[in-house]
Amino acid sequence: MKLQRVFALSKKNLKAVIRDPGALFMLILFPVIATMAFGFSFGTADSGQPTYQIGVVNADFSGLRWSQYFIGNLSETMILNVQNYSDSGAALGDLSQGNIQAVLIIPGDFGLSCNSFWNSPTNPSHWVNTTVILFLDSGSLFATQAIPTIIQQTLSRTVHGIQPASTYGPVNIGIPSLVDVSKLTTFDYFAPGFFAFFAIFSIMTVAQSFTFEREKGLLRRIRTTPTTSSEFMASQAVSNMIIAMIQVATVFLVATLVGYQPLGDVTSFILAFIILSIFSLCCVGFGLIAATLAKSSGAATGIAFIFIMPLMFLGTFVSVGLSAIAKDAGKFVPSYYVTDALTSLFLRGASVTSPAILLDISIVTIYSAVVLILGIILYGKYGKT
Amino acid sequence: MNEAAIVVENVTKRFEDITAVDGLSLTVDKGELFGLLGPNGAGKTTTINILCGLLEPTSGSVKVGGYDVRKEPNKVRKLIGVSPQETAVYPHLTGKENIELFGNLHTMPREKLKGNVDELLQKLSLREHAKRRAGGCSGGMMRRINLAMSLVHDPEIAFLDEPTVGMDPQSRRAVWDFIRELKKLNKTVLLTTHYMEEAEELCDRVGIIDNGKLISLGTPQQLKKQSNARNLEEVFLQLTGKRIREEV
Repeated sequence: MKLQRVFALSKKNLKAVIRDPGALFMLILFPVIATMAFGFSFGTADSGQPTYQIGVVNADFSGLRWSQYFIGNLSETMILNVQNYSDSGAALGDLSQGNIQAVLIIPGDFGLSCNSFWNSPTNPSHWVNTTVILFLDSGSLFATQAIPTIIQQTLSRTVHGIQPASTYGPVNIGIPSLVDVSKLTTFDYFAPGFFAFFAIFSIMTVAQSFTFEREKGLLRRIRTTPTTSSEFMASQAVSNMIIAMIQVATVFLVATLVGYQPLGDVTSFILAFIILSIFSLCCVGFGLIAATLAKSSGAATGIAFIFIMPLMFLGTFVSVGLSAIAKDAGKFVPSYYVTDALTSLFLRGASVTSPAILLDISIVTIYSAVVLILGIILYGKYGKT
Repeated sequence: MNEAAIVVENVTKRFEDITAVDGLSLTVDKGELFGLLGPNGAGKTTTINILCGLLEPTSGSVKVGGYDVRKEPNKVRKLIGVSPQETAVYPHLTGKENIELFGNLHTMPREKLKGNVDELLQKLSLREHAKRRAGGCSGGMMRRINLAMSLVHDPEIAFLDEPTVGMDPQSRRAVWDFIRELKKLNKTVLLTTHYMEEAEELCDRVGIIDNGKLISLGTPQQLKKQSNARNLEEVFLQLTGKRIREEV
């Protein structure tokens, strides 16, 4: 393999992207614009604090004022907008209509429970244990994550008088589990899926480029030179990996500017580049398969979308709201593992050597190798003419 | 005896029920400028495609530069330069970048490549527009870029498929001068054309091809003398009973 040929062809491919407004838009400008749009819409760049409507049913019959303190403290958070209800039926009705995001039912022995704690703060055997019941809007991902945490903190502050280090006390929240305190935004959740999402569009540009060169007789012309198929394919791989890296760097930069705060360190970023570079080879493979099937560069765009759509819907941020079946189907597309690996790195703060990430990289690598080889074979056999 | 640069022996190429080339045999000597004449669809381009290894003949054998095209295609590709009939240039690259790309595909040393590119731009009157994207060039300029791309690596054997088709008379003259220079450099040139004056002006020998068959072979003077004709157009008319070009 002669590097001079690979370098010259890669340079030609990169110039094709840089100088073609359509390709440049799809691969670089679209990711920048979309990232900014999502960042401003769902990220922390917006200085306004989100507020949640919460319905409170106060059933405390103790005559003590603890429940009033608790409701007052909830309102003071400025995050919860409290609406009082006299009965739980009306509150749950509003919850089901989406008018409020949560319903909190303060039990009848709430005041007694708080008093028991203050009378014997170090002796739990004298406490009257009780549970506040919380209903959440299951259709709101962020309400389910943020509201329990806020209520838990407010409840602890009410019972203890100050914000305690732990939630130790007689009053509990009646939901199966409490989530950790999270400052993440919707954009932070979406961002890992963004990178795979944008990379997927290179399938279209690869398919268009191959069919264009075929239509214009450029591939035939190159075949009259000593250039080998492996050199030609290597140039495609190199140029697409470079484009993927530019794309990732650009999206990271823009995302950071609009408030994206990923976890992880430098190694996490390096690994993200590596994963997306490997994934770009998979996109080259799909692009070659699309070019094999397409008779013209126009048709190549349409056929490329046969591959783009499932990769996009099942494996990127778009899949957040999908059904369980669709989420299971996502395990058959490589973008799912790219998104999963980036989610582990940047959202869960996993180490680059964690088993989950290594498994994701292995699957993406194997998948990419298989698709690329298949693409080269099919294109070599049926796509050249 | 001259050394043969191209040897075609009884080559036939069929596409399903169409015979594009039918039992073609010819030899082109090293340093010879050979013209393959014929109307559109006569089999000229198919012959060139076979000679440069893009098509496999249905039967027969082809040697270019002493190498069997089927068995040693890579050695053949190092020797040849091919200028296709349909202009094949990258529209997003400038004329100069297109020419450099093909020099790099032939792994030319940087200095040699730079020298050759400059020389070609000069000789083919492309210097002024060298930095203009090929997609925005005129048809004639694109054809000259097309030609330069095939010759940048200084090939021993050049296949020029209708190199001047669609060019204005001035550009055509410039290309003719350039092709004559190739001959002076002892390059072997196989040129296809349906312009009779081009063949008469440039070629040492011509082969007239019609319906895939070689129907006559010789120097332009020999062919005219044999047919007692004033020019090659009349030769073709007498041999086939039809004009090589339909009048517009």
